[in-house]
Amino acid sequence: MGESNTVREKYVYSVRMVNVDKYFGNVQALSKVNFEVRNNEIVGLIGDNGAGKSTLIKTITGVFPPTSGELYIRDEQITLSHYSVKQAHNWKIETVYQDKSLADKQDLWRNFFVGRQITGPLGFIKVKEEKRIANDVLLNMIGFRGAGISVDSKVAVLSGGERQGVCIGRAMHFDADLIILDEPTVALSLKEVRKVLNFVHKIKDSGRSCIYISHNMADVHEIADRFVVLDRGTIVGNIKKEDISLKDLSTFLLDYAHGLKETKNS
Amino acid sequence: MRVYEEKRSLLVRIEGLPIIGVYCLLILVFIFTSPRVFTGYRIYMSFLQTVPPQLVIALGLTLVITAGEIDLSFPAVVAFSGFLFSYVYRTFGTPWFAFAAALAGGALIGYANGILIARLGVPSIMATLAAQFFWNGLTTLLSQGLSWNIVTIRGQLIHSLFVGRIGGVVPAQAVWTLGIAVLVWFILNRHQFGESIMFIGDNVQVAQVVGINVVKTKISLFTFHGVLSALGGVLLTLEMANFWSTQGSGFLLPVMAAVFIGGTSIAGGYGTIVGTFFGMYIIGSLEAGVVASGIGGYWVRLVSGLVMAFSIILNISFKNKSIGEKWNKMLRSQAEKKRNKA
Repeated sequence: MGESNTVREKYVYSVRMVNVDKYFGNVQALSKVNFEVRNNEIVGLIGDNGAGKSTLIKTITGVFPPTSGELYIRDEQITLSHYSVKQAHNWKIETVYQDKSLADKQDLWRNFFVGRQITGPLGFIKVKEEKRIANDVLLNMIGFRGAGISVDSKVAVLSGGERQGVCIGRAMHFDADLIILDEPTVALSLKEVRKVLNFVHKIKDSGRSCIYISHNMADVHEIADRFVVLDRGTIVGNIKKEDISLKDLSTFLLDYAHGLKETKNS
Repeated sequence: MRVYEEKRSLLVRIEGLPIIGVYCLLILVFIFTSPRVFTGYRIYMSFLQTVPPQLVIALGLTLVITAGEIDLSFPAVVAFSGFLFSYVYRTFGTPWFAFAAALAGGALIGYANGILIARLGVPSIMATLAAQFFWNGLTTLLSQGLSWNIVTIRGQLIHSLFVGRIGGVVPAQAVWTLGIAVLVWFILNRHQFGESIMFIGDNVQVAQVVGINVVKTKISLFTFHGVLSALGGVLLTLEMANFWSTQGSGFLLPVMAAVFIGGTSIAGGYGTIVGTFFGMYIIGSLEAGVVASGIGGYWVRLVSGLVMAFSIILNISFKNKSIGEKWNKMLRSQAEKKRNKA
């Protein structure tokens, strides 16, 4: 992943949302959200539980459409009614959800390719090829030499860090341009957290973009270029890394958590 | 540690091994208790004649249960498709048109189930229970509760093709259902559709985020089971050359039992076609076997219950995560410790 790779393709924004609203019935989950990720930018998305972080990224990844607003991917406007997870995959957007990315009872190789299987005629899966590639990625890209783990293992036997590793390997294999990590370090040991953070550095070095969601300020501050703070469905902070220290960032967030600041400025 | 992994997986890799063992054991016991009956070929031919209609349905039900759903409406499909088949055959005298009508009827019932469950979010146990009553009621109403004989079907090609005797001995329906079992195995284990079914049954949220169309898959799944159940109904009607309005009503429990003793997970996410195949033959052999062994008809149910319980216990202990994976985890934590020391 050399420097030559740094600009992969020419576009200004990996993703850009303009005035996006999202309602679930009468509940407004997102309100007039303007959010963007530049090409090769790491954005730390921060906010308390229920702030709307997951809703925000699920609109980007096509799990559900926004109620209103505009969505641009690589500077192209997306027709919201046709947008789906499959399309997001085609746009090379990959998501690593905290615990919803892998199915426990299924073989590792199935989890690797599900939704994007290598198929022959009539939609039958080429199992050998899938296993070979998954094995290759596990050994060479993420460096799995864990005892007793193979592509035939069930996901249930993997540790938290190993699961993130599989998801991350999957994202890399499918050559994602924008990788979204949703609380990737929850329930990980310190050593495993380090691995995940190293991977995010790799994302940046290889010219990709990333949205990193976490509660852990220290982690976010280390890796992100910019911090976006979400509070009750509204963006209340948009701060460049050079403009704020870790300590100030934490204070800023605590003020919101304690309701000292009202939701209006940024 | 690697060696251990391979040893374990060899045993686990042979799908349905415990249930195959139970089946062989059962036959051995029957040969021992009633050698005259069970060393001849006739009893096996009679199994191959009576089991297939239920087996076809059980294969479809395996997929439904793997997806974490249930279908209780298949007995009604057996009756309704049998009705359509004999009605169309008696009215127009065209067996293939009758066949198509029967399968279409099954597809319709399955599709309606799928819409209720996947689109409207009705729990599958309720939706298919309602469907069972509704379609069964409709069949009784349309046939006025009568049974119709269609004996003339015996001279037709469709009869010899589906339920004839190959070489005058082997019932053709056994070969057909074996073929269908192989096909369904490939659909479940080697096809995108089957993978979607497993992921939906395992964790529907994961299925959604990896891009599986859950609604569409479920509708297709119930439709597919409807078609297979209708095929079961047609095989039964053909074999008997007769339709009666309560046909299939005794299928519900044996078919479900076959799927579960085969080792398919009631929690969803895992299903075994091989297990269901042998499970169905176990259930289908029990009654004849117990009666033939001379201990008396009153024992049939008791023995059936015992065999089911035994099969399930065996299945669980074979797959047992608590043994296999505890062992695995222990080995791994030891390896970890060693690495940390180094």
